[in-house]
Amino acid sequence: MEAIAHANFRQKKFWHRWNLTSHEYHFICQALNRKPNELEMGIFSVMWSEHCSYKNTRSLLKMLPSKASWVVQGPGENAGVIDIGVEELIVMKMESHNHPSAVEPFQGAATGVGGILRDIFTMGAQPIALLDSLRFGDFKQNHTQYLFQSVVGGIAFYGNCVGVPTVGGETIFSKSYQGNILVNVMCVGLVKKEKIVRALAKGAGNSVILIGAKTGRDGIGGAAFASVELNGQSDEDRPAVQIGDPFAEKLLIEACLELAQFKEVIGLQDCGAAGLTSSLSEMAARGKSGMEIELSLVPQREAGMNPFEIMLSESQERMIVVVEKDKENRVLSTLKKWDLDCAIIGKVTDDEILTIKNHNQIEASIPVITLSEGAPIAKRKTKKPKWIKKRNQLKLEQLNEFDDYNQILLDLLCSPNLFSKEEIYRQYDHMVQTNTIIPPGDDAAVLRMKGSKKAIALTTEGNGRYCLLNPFQGARIAIAEAARNLSCKGAIPMAVTDCLNFGAPENSDSYWQLVQVIKGLSEACQFFETPVISGNVSLYNENEGKPIDPTPVVGMIGLINDYNQLCTLDFKNENDLIFLLGESWDELGGSEYLELVHQLKCGVPPTLDLYKEKSIQFLCRKLIKKDLLASAHDCSIGGIAIALAESCIGGSFGAEIELKTDIRSDCSLFGESQSRIIVTVKPSNYNQFTKMIRRDKVPFQQIGIVKGDHLKINHWVNLSINQMEKAWRMM
Amino acid sequence: MMKFGIVQFPGSNCDSDCYYAINKVLRYPADMIWHKEKNLDGYACVILPGGFTYGDYLRVGAIARYSPIMSAVVNFAKKGGLVLGICNGFQVLTEAQLLPGALIRNSCLHFICQNQTIRVENVDSPYTKLFQKNQILQIPIAHGEGCYYADKETIDLLETNQQILFRYCDSNGGITKEANPNGSIANIAGICNKERNVFGLMPHPERCMEDCLGSIDGRLLFESIIMYLKEVILK
Repeated sequence: MEAIAHANFRQKKFWHRWNLTSHEYHFICQALNRKPNELEMGIFSVMWSEHCSYKNTRSLLKMLPSKASWVVQGPGENAGVIDIGVEELIVMKMESHNHPSAVEPFQGAATGVGGILRDIFTMGAQPIALLDSLRFGDFKQNHTQYLFQSVVGGIAFYGNCVGVPTVGGETIFSKSYQGNILVNVMCVGLVKKEKIVRALAKGAGNSVILIGAKTGRDGIGGAAFASVELNGQSDEDRPAVQIGDPFAEKLLIEACLELAQFKEVIGLQDCGAAGLTSSLSEMAARGKSGMEIELSLVPQREAGMNPFEIMLSESQERMIVVVEKDKENRVLSTLKKWDLDCAIIGKVTDDEILTIKNHNQIEASIPVITLSEGAPIAKRKTKKPKWIKKRNQLKLEQLNEFDDYNQILLDLLCSPNLFSKEEIYRQYDHMVQTNTIIPPGDDAAVLRMKGSKKAIALTTEGNGRYCLLNPFQGARIAIAEAARNLSCKGAIPMAVTDCLNFGAPENSDSYWQLVQVIKGLSEACQFFETPVISGNVSLYNENEGKPIDPTPVVGMIGLINDYNQLCTLDFKNENDLIFLLGESWDELGGSEYLELVHQLKCGVPPTLDLYKEKSIQFLCRKLIKKDLLASAHDCSIGGIAIALAESCIGGSFGAEIELKTDIRSDCSLFGESQSRIIVTVKPSNYNQFTKMIRRDKVPFQQIGIVKGDHLKINHWVNLSINQMEKAWRMM
Repeated sequence: MMKFGIVQFPGSNCDSDCYYAINKVLRYPADMIWHKEKNLDGYACVILPGGFTYGDYLRVGAIARYSPIMSAVVNFAKKGGLVLGICNGFQVLTEAQLLPGALIRNSCLHFICQNQTIRVENVDSPYTKLFQKNQILQIPIAHGEGCYYADKETIDLLETNQQILFRYCDSNGGITKEANPNGSIANIAGICNKERNVFGLMPHPERCMEDCLGSIDGRLLFESIIMYLKEVILK
């Protein structure tokens, strides 16, 4: 190992092997005033990877709005925090675990769940909900099936065991993710205001304690691995994927929540990507301190581990806690109660230098600032891709319309992106903690807040196809749709966490997409007053040199003031009147219908008028609050026809629908025009309902009535619920 | 005062839910009992909650059965104390041989979380006395190893002694193969011991205690216990 490493050092431009540029290497020599040794190269390599340093995106992310009167903690800590006016604060974060899941799907997904949970409970917060936004390649391929089943299995394995309900998410299949699947996991937690723990180290002499699992050789260099493209050899990187132990995590959760109550606990941080290296340097940077660490004190799973391996191991279920000097006893006895290993591995210093010793020999000495905000920023070229103009072309008049859409609707219902996801979420415990009052399967999940009348609604959203065709518009739509999902449940959108999944930033097309998406998110988040309080960026999502469709995934949280005033998507009573809030246009660009029926992935995504969107959502929430709606359902991918079918199946009621024929039949049924909600109203509420809508000047039309056991739409569709349900459940 | 005790093993994750159901919803006294305790004096009913004790490593419930508290639980049961095992707690009770049989991997081979209908088979027990025989209940299940298995002799004994308290059923109360979510023999969802003071079930009554959760059918189970305890004291 040593000899090979030294041979590497003699090679010309050996820093490329560490994924560092010549410029960055010289920057290191300058910062240290000497040449770095192998351990230091390893530390810089991971800390300056995109995953840890955000060197490609730091300046862009500043464009996202992050402030509001209810935001207690914005980006910069382990997770964002908001105040919704209950006893406890809400903590929220989303993170990607794409590359590990592509190589080892079960463990990759499981440890993705483990990692995001740690981001939440290190803040002193009890995790109360998980959501997963997943993207896979071609549904028909065996390898996709293997990845899909394994990822779902990994999430279930981990989430079920730790006792945190998995309440929502999405699963999308598209060839674009072939070879580079996306696993984005979101977690929400609760913490008492005065008990928030920060992830910092300060106070010279205070003790640095490593708790949890022993350190092994797994996951070495995982953060750097996450920041390069996957290729044919990636399977050999399997050692860079960590192995999860949800039982150890459960003990860590309980122990850390107890530690969070202690005054002598100064800071708490997860050993996530880049293991000890990142947790130690980030804690020191936040506290403007230094640290002196003795590696021989780190409990090790394997004999003969060298400093490089110990510092870069990504062994799971470990945390760092900084405790006031001479007051370690209460902390140590709590850890003992939970049978957790722990060791005092060093102390906080005031020299702002990270000093790593092994058996008292100095192995690395690096100014903390160079590992945090002092890290170099990469300047990237951005250029609007030439191919986009051609992609945006779509001549509707060249597409056939049909007289009979029965088979098409059935085909859509059993297509990978639209069929029932119950088989997935049935494998997740979505009820533990007894807060889930709207389970997965609706536009958004709803959880009550024990001890109050309030509830929160949670959803994730992100359409890669829209973003491919117009990244700015796709991002705006993601926010609008997420907010609409929440409004359909009666919830006021409050805050956003996001995962930005893109190709390599060195590719000017990908970087342009990234900039456009951030601009779009920024505009829409500002408009809906939903600040982005946390999130992560995942670049280098490519396979065989081709980037994935640009895929921002947003997780949004909404507030329901009284959980007796909410709404679900299923039809409730025979003879209820069905209305469409909003309008349909001749829009098919980027639609699920276009790709499935005409095999076309082109055109422009639907238009979006933010003002109109906001007024429709506001109206929907008001109607729910006045108890005037029996059901509400967002029109999303698959359009009105799919939304109606889902409401029919959910409630076991049919519907008789007459849509206006001033637009094309395919657009009418399957177009994905934005700002539309299907609602049902009891006949006795008709007058009050229409009065309220007219007052708000929102466009609406009565489109039908809940009736019988068939869904009938004009002369285009006439299907029994049974037929539709069989297709939808793929029975 | 008669109190519930809820045992907290490492890896238990329905302990707080049970506490909330009894203490906050029914407003009945309850304590959490750490698994390293060895004394159950002062408790009238001990609950082994759901979860993944010791990660369910080795075999579900197999390690928890050796926790320090378990010898106290065995003694408590032998003296006639009420012991209720829910989900993972049921698995621990079979491992501890307080209940016969075993719970093995679901026949579909994966974890299932859903609302389930079950039928009350017998109301002659401290846990079911407030139910009607053949009453159909809506109770969530959430488990990967809930398939009840025992040899024929044991099953015959369970039937003869009327130890089967709940069976999985369809919405009309039919005990059918289609209504059996996990492949349990004879659709068994919950059994008691011969003395009827130890009861284990896979469904989660603590998850259906309030209207906002979609069902309140779990209440009668806990209320039965409370009623039974009051009667014992009045005697």
